[in-house]
Amino acid sequence: MKIAVLSGKGGTGKTLVSVNLASAAKDAIYIDCDVEEPNGRLFFKPKNIASESVSIKIPFADQKLCVGCRKCIDFCKFNAIAFIINKVIVFDDVCHSCGGCVLFCPEKALTEKDKIIGEVQSGVSENVSVITGILNTGEASGVPLIKKLLNNNLAGKELTFIDCPPGSACIVMESIKDADYCIMVAEPTLFGVHNLNMVYELVKLFKKPHAAVLNKCLEGENPAEDFCREKDIKILGKIPFDSELGTLNSNALISVRENQKYRDMFSSMLQIVAKEVQHETVANS
Amino acid sequence: MKIAIPVDDKSMETSVSQSFGRTPYYLIYDTESKESVFLDNSAVASQGGAGIKAAQTIVDSKVSALLTPRCGENAADVLKAANIKLYKTVNASIQDNIDALNDGKLSLLEDIHPGFHGHGG
Repeated sequence: MKIAVLSGKGGTGKTLVSVNLASAAKDAIYIDCDVEEPNGRLFFKPKNIASESVSIKIPFADQKLCVGCRKCIDFCKFNAIAFIINKVIVFDDVCHSCGGCVLFCPEKALTEKDKIIGEVQSGVSENVSVITGILNTGEASGVPLIKKLLNNNLAGKELTFIDCPPGSACIVMESIKDADYCIMVAEPTLFGVHNLNMVYELVKLFKKPHAAVLNKCLEGENPAEDFCREKDIKILGKIPFDSELGTLNSNALISVRENQKYRDMFSSMLQIVAKEVQHETVANS
Repeated sequence: MKIAIPVDDKSMETSVSQSFGRTPYYLIYDTESKESVFLDNSAVASQGGAGIKAAQTIVDSKVSALLTPRCGENAADVLKAANIKLYKTVNASIQDNIDALNDGKLSLLEDIHPGFHGHGG
């Protein structure tokens, strides 16, 4: 069972929810796909870390073979190649690694070379296998790194939590693509509703079964809750805006491991998710 | 000397465009013969890398200098590789800027911005 946790903006509680749900499970895999700022590992403090670097292919020009036909330049949709004073210039950061220029070069002047863009770290924290994607600073896209993270680790049947990047762009689509279920985390403000709507539209587009977790809940009105009611989105749980949870979290502690009250709260969310996914599987078959 | 200026329309009376990579047209102007030619900017609707493609157009038009209010990093790399000088425009008037260049009053464009890739528009 693969469960993606996403939200329309950063700081809503994706990591809080995914780290604690994984910790509340008997055994689980936690994959941090928020590769620009992966912070799940700060809570898990995994041991026995193994690292593997991740690279992409970018074109490399042999200037001696190039005759200046410009077929590669005309082909490149992203304008990553220029031809200046009889010299091919490749803009690594603009290249999307499609490999088309290499295929089109009639002189075989272009070949591919590896460019390291980040790494995958795997480790263990009690009952949770922790897998973290770390994108090197300044890299344009985390998509290849997320592909690697998910391709390597989504094969089994284990309970897996995918901690997504914020927003609803390509890197989030890549992260939820193979998920069985999506949990959207939302804040109880009008701004929160706007962000919730962004990811709500995305999960609908991907036809993913989904539900919401409302974070930072206070007494009184909750626009995110109203939105869920209006759109008939299931609410898995409401996390209170309390200083005890906030203190545990800001000290990088996992509340489920520290306090029975929070273990009960996240366990009950987990039970609802398990039921929902089973229900979806039955409904889809 | 042949120079290039990003412009909003195909006329000497139009304004200097605020964007180098996404301007609709370029004026290619010869300061000796006073001849002017307007080029379409094929990069204007590019998904990405507009500055690189636009700079390639400028390099291919064999100018020695570009007069522009601003220029992104990637475009500047292409232009510099082709030894094209970058001057900062003083106002929106094409003629004022050409006059200023002829009088040696234009300064080189120093503040190259890192680009607006996926932001600000």
